[in-house]
Amino acid sequence: MKEEISRNPLHGLWALTHRELKKWYKEPIVFLVSIIQPIFWMGLFGKAMNINAIIANNLPPNIPRWLAEQIIKQTFGTSDYFSYMAIGMLSFVTLFTTMFSGMSIIWDRRLGFLDKVLSTPVARSVIIFSKIFSATIRSLVQASIILIFAILLGLKFGPNFTPISLLGAYIILFMLCIGLSSLFLMLAIRSTRWEHQMAIVNLLNLPLMFTSNALFPTTTMPEWLRAISNINPITYATDAIRQLLIFETLNANQLMLDFIYMSIFSTIVALISIILSWKYLSK
Amino acid sequence: MVESIIKAKDLTKVFNGYLIAADHVSFEVNEGEIFGFLGPNGAGKTTTINMLTTILKPTKGFATVCGHDIVKEASMVRRKIGVVPQEYTTDEDLTGYENIILCADLYGIPREISKKRAIELLELVKLTEFKDKKVETYSGGMRRRLELACGLINRPRVLFLDEPTLGLDVQTRTSIWEYIKLLKEEYGMTLFMTTHYLEEADALCNRVAIIDHGKILTIGSPEELKSSLGGDIITLSINENKDISSFIEKIENVKEVKRIKDEYRIKVKDGELIAPIIIESLRNNGIKVTKLSLIKPSLNEVYLEYTGRSMRDQEESVEAFRAHRITLRRARKI
Repeated sequence: MKEEISRNPLHGLWALTHRELKKWYKEPIVFLVSIIQPIFWMGLFGKAMNINAIIANNLPPNIPRWLAEQIIKQTFGTSDYFSYMAIGMLSFVTLFTTMFSGMSIIWDRRLGFLDKVLSTPVARSVIIFSKIFSATIRSLVQASIILIFAILLGLKFGPNFTPISLLGAYIILFMLCIGLSSLFLMLAIRSTRWEHQMAIVNLLNLPLMFTSNALFPTTTMPEWLRAISNINPITYATDAIRQLLIFETLNANQLMLDFIYMSIFSTIVALISIILSWKYLSK
Repeated sequence: MVESIIKAKDLTKVFNGYLIAADHVSFEVNEGEIFGFLGPNGAGKTTTINMLTTILKPTKGFATVCGHDIVKEASMVRRKIGVVPQEYTTDEDLTGYENIILCADLYGIPREISKKRAIELLELVKLTEFKDKKVETYSGGMRRRLELACGLINRPRVLFLDEPTLGLDVQTRTSIWEYIKLLKEEYGMTLFMTTHYLEEADALCNRVAIIDHGKILTIGSPEELKSSLGGDIITLSINENKDISSFIEKIENVKEVKRIKDEYRIKVKDGELIAPIIIESLRNNGIKVTKLSLIKPSLNEVYLEYTGRSMRDQEESVEAFRAHRITLRRARKI
């Protein structure tokens, strides 16, 4: 009778992850909105905030056009601001999807589902893992849609682009998802009120976004802001993806640093969230 | 020889360093019986069940379930038990069938077995025709039956039921009782349940522990507990606000008198015969009886006897209260 029960320490991981995902893809409205939203951002923000056009159309007559283009290229690393911003949007959508990963654990706690899971032989870390993975899968799907639309709307790949760069970009995005969703889960792990989590999410999302290079290069930021930006994982992730996909010249050292920073960040945050799950999931 | 499948010794849980939810709770449950924890909300029933099902760690004391220590061998305990929590914990966004399969996966049961078992359990709780409907469309009774089915997916040796009929109407409650009895017969397992409905404990449990303020006050079968009262109970009120306990005590065959607020609870033998005598002798002393009732012993009387009051309505915590409200709201949704 007992032999049939799995000894695999990760059993239940897919079941719990799939449960979260079903709530997403089986709800047509939720699914559609989550797909359309990034496209909205992309189309509206990306095309409205057209720095190329702003500069080109407002150029004083005595300044040659090539000079303006050169300035844009110097500032953004590519002569097309839309491409620059589109990559920032990948980080943006990842942040916005993963930051709600903590919410579901609060609901599970409040509705008693968590207690039920805790009374089954599922490992505590698996409960956290399942939330991290479902947020990651969701974010990656949304990021892919963003990328496809960005290409349709005119994203220009850099001269160094190969299919392997695309793979590298996905690895970076994956690490960013794992890191950010672990971070927000960690903040929610003991909470019983979603209001608190909402407040935390609202408090953190803008600083995380605007202290990064997602929308603007950090080189023009004041010293103190650049210092914050230099510890913000979004900065590293975005830089790496830009280098891989759109930049005209590749900075190998910086790219290496991006990868190292992202692997350390995601591993440490994920580990902390798992340790916290052992300690705090049961009261 | 009957084995003790659950042994608890001095189980104590203190929340936040001062809130004593369970206070040196000790008891044993025999294999194959239905054991009930009876007490008002906030008495420590759910806390005890949460400790036994390894969700909470005891502050002090220890317990074994199926021979495994609930702290040191928690994962062994979890494999062998089934839990039906107080709240409706099935996922509303999934269908009944998906919920059972999810539970099976949490126990690591291979899909070939879980599929067969899910169908069988859904049949048992008569939910086969609703199996592909989302749980949000279920009524309270259907949800509770689904919870029962989920709790049985791993063929547990002990099934824990926390307030299995909370918030259900009388009819649905009786039908849930039938299912519980049926499940017990079908699978021959041990059931540990909590309830604050006296009728429920009376109808289902082989043995009952009365618990209040985190302490066990008495343990016994409903019959034992009732006969331990040693007779019938007469309650009466008089038109004056003075204590006449000592006067009543002197009447022949009166065993004990307790004054609870404005009422006197008089324990007597052969209540039918004594009641007229009491009225008579009070009247002879110029005291008018305004109200009188005669009660044959029930668990309610046992409960009053041990706790000194009726079921009180008080919640354990804001969190529990919220969960309770959500449960009630869902239970009432048809």
